[in-house]
Amino acid sequence: MIATFRNWALDESPSSRQQAAWGNRYRIWLNLRGNALGMIGLTIILAFIAIAIFAPLLATHDPATQDLANRLAAPSAAHWFGTDELGRDIYSRLLFGGRVTLGMVIAVVVLVAPIGLAIGCIAGYFGGIVDTILMRITDIFLAFPRLVLALAFVAALKPGVESAVLAIALTAWPPYARMARAETLTVRGSDFIAAYRLTGGSSWRIIFRHIMPLCVPTLIVRVTLDMSSIIITAASLGFLGMGAQPPSPEWGAMIATAKRFIFEQWWVAAIPGIAIFLVSLAFNFLGDALRDVLDPKGN
Amino acid sequence: MLVEINNLKIGFPSRTGFHQAVKGVSMKLGTEKLGIVGESGSGKSLTARALMKLLPKQTVIEAEKLAFDGIDILSASEKQMRTIRGKRAGFILQDPKYSLNPVKTIGSQVAESWRTHKGGSKRQALEAAVHLLETVKIRDPKKVAASYPHEVSGGMGQRVMIAMMLAPDPELLIADEPTSALDATVQAEILRLIEELVSERGMGLLLISHDLPLVSHFCDRVAVMYAGQVMEELKASDLLSAQHPYTRGLLNCMPSLIHPKERLPVLTRDPEWLK
Amino acid sequence: MTIEIDNLRIAFGDRKVVKGVSFKVAKGASFGIVGESGSGKSTVLRAMAGLNNEWSGRIAFSGEDAPLKRPPAFFRKVQMVFQDPYGSLHPRQTIDRILSELPLVHGMDRIDDRIAKVLSAVALPQAARFRYPHQLSGGQRQRVAIARALIAEPEVLLLDEPTSALDVSVQAEILNLLADLRAERNLTYVMVSHNLSVIAHLCTEVGVMIDGNMVEQVTAEDLRLGNVQHAHTRELRSLSVELEEPA
Repeated sequence: MIATFRNWALDESPSSRQQAAWGNRYRIWLNLRGNALGMIGLTIILAFIAIAIFAPLLATHDPATQDLANRLAAPSAAHWFGTDELGRDIYSRLLFGGRVTLGMVIAVVVLVAPIGLAIGCIAGYFGGIVDTILMRITDIFLAFPRLVLALAFVAALKPGVESAVLAIALTAWPPYARMARAETLTVRGSDFIAAYRLTGGSSWRIIFRHIMPLCVPTLIVRVTLDMSSIIITAASLGFLGMGAQPPSPEWGAMIATAKRFIFEQWWVAAIPGIAIFLVSLAFNFLGDALRDVLDPKGN
Repeated sequence: MLVEINNLKIGFPSRTGFHQAVKGVSMKLGTEKLGIVGESGSGKSLTARALMKLLPKQTVIEAEKLAFDGIDILSASEKQMRTIRGKRAGFILQDPKYSLNPVKTIGSQVAESWRTHKGGSKRQALEAAVHLLETVKIRDPKKVAASYPHEVSGGMGQRVMIAMMLAPDPELLIADEPTSALDATVQAEILRLIEELVSERGMGLLLISHDLPLVSHFCDRVAVMYAGQVMEELKASDLLSAQHPYTRGLLNCMPSLIHPKERLPVLTRDPEWLK
Repeated sequence: MTIEIDNLRIAFGDRKVVKGVSFKVAKGASFGIVGESGSGKSTVLRAMAGLNNEWSGRIAFSGEDAPLKRPPAFFRKVQMVFQDPYGSLHPRQTIDRILSELPLVHGMDRIDDRIAKVLSAVALPQAARFRYPHQLSGGQRQRVAIARALIAEPEVLLLDEPTSALDVSVQAEILNLLADLRAERNLTYVMVSHNLSVIAHLCTEVGVMIDGNMVEQVTAEDLRLGNVQHAHTRELRSLSVELEEPA
């Protein structure tokens, strides 16, 4: 079965559109598989996503159930990672917290990547006044420190997960726009784009069908490398009380509430901290690997 | 003998197995002008690069003999190679644009290459640089020395590259498609310059090109390569009476200005050639 | 489709690249423009194709003046083949996708059929259809580029150094292909090249450009015989002849 797929995908003269596309994907996968750190990163990320999805099955306790008699307990057989200041099971909260934190990160990326890509490609392709206007707007957003701008946005809206996502998204798109613009500028004058102009198709068609797909690999790499900083911004907002609100078990918020006992009951803060660290590191590994695999110059 | 190559094989590991790019090439070069001609993928550049140990690490190079002036290249250390590369053998590449540093003046780059080999003060080096630019027949060497690479034409850039290569008085000049990026009028000038300098200084020349007629005009001998093998080696003046069907085919399929052809003959490749 | 170019001037900012070029090409003829780099020959071709808006003068196809911004229908009539077969095909699209773009834009029917036909017209195997450009050789890529132009069923083909990036054996195949296509489809060619022999092989009339001016127009026959006036033409010719003669 796998061998059949392998032969089918690696066929040097595919006989259908699907076969050609799968062949391309399979080659990328083969290259990625050869990168040890990248595979470690990918495994950690998939593991965390699985944990978040199956949290209700894996959890040993209800993450919201308080047990004040047993607060700040050390890790034990009953509570694998101990309990927090309200006696809630940290292991279970960590699982459910993964849903909130990873969900926020994914929401940010889904919002940000297409917007940055579109703005960058449009600015780069049209140039002139369009470019000037779009890029000055980008500069304005870039000029603010990310966390400060996000804080201002959340404060202006109301603290909560949705506002946090929106705020991070608003501050995260400019680098993508810059990158997409730079990428567009390098291909705009190429002969293959000139050939597409000679089909009589509109500029929009050329941008969306032919230029954007070329910027996507760089964008994916940038996104994976940015993931960790998005997670940390999300956690920081949570830590400052501007992100997920109690009793929602967001990782950043978990650290924030645990900061009072950080010296006596260090595991309460350390465990969500380790989770953030692992996911961030995993995304960085994956991003580095993807940069090698997807770089068109490397092929 | 300046260069001795005997049964040289070059290959690369690839996903589908092992790709043998050069399959047993032998040639010798004294103080003469040898042209290596072939189509893209014939292994002509690889052969020259192997001689200077300029190939990527994963390349597998085997040879019964691969020697520069008696020094075994295969066993030479990187330190030994540095005394050969750029010093005793100069390498001229296709596009001068990528070989010159864009943020330094031409004069300072030529001077620097002179100084690394000859030593001396900065002023001496700069004077030597201007002199070198003069030897490659640049009309206003002082002005060119003060300009940046992007300010000069392709032909001028190539002259500068040649000047830099000449700084350490090398014994061998390897030119890999030195004029393919240049106009026909400039092309002839540059090749004539290389030919003159090589003859004057008694150097050996290895000229690598895809252009058969061009090479035959500027070399003493020509080796015709195809698919990693030398098809035949002949005196440049005998090129038009070449015997090998590949060489004949290459010459025939070129359009001609003075002998118009209704239809161009197409080269049919015979697997027999590679037996 | 007759082509008339009258006093064409092209400038990029202050830099005048083409300084008043005029020529005419009869329907079904092939006109060659020869010159060295920077002579403005490719710029003329790109302006004719509608890739450049900085021109003044007159560009007319079939007696109709071409507007600055060409309507989509124009590209069904006039197509172009570029010099570098490595740079003129989208690196991440299959041949199938590259060829189907123009038919999709123009809402043409039977696209599968057309692609199959155009591939066989340029003598490419149908197996090449779903490959990516990097899986093809230089000659095959240039065939794809020609196929992409042909799928529009054009009347005029503008050729920008179509063989200068290819090996001579492949060049012969492409030149033969171009000659056959012109005969079969009654195409009108305008070809730009720095190589006199290539131009003289494919074209019946030749314009010589230097420094943005077309200094001479001769028939290929006169060029072969040496009946030329301008010093630059003579220089280019003698260089070309010299190489053909034995060393």
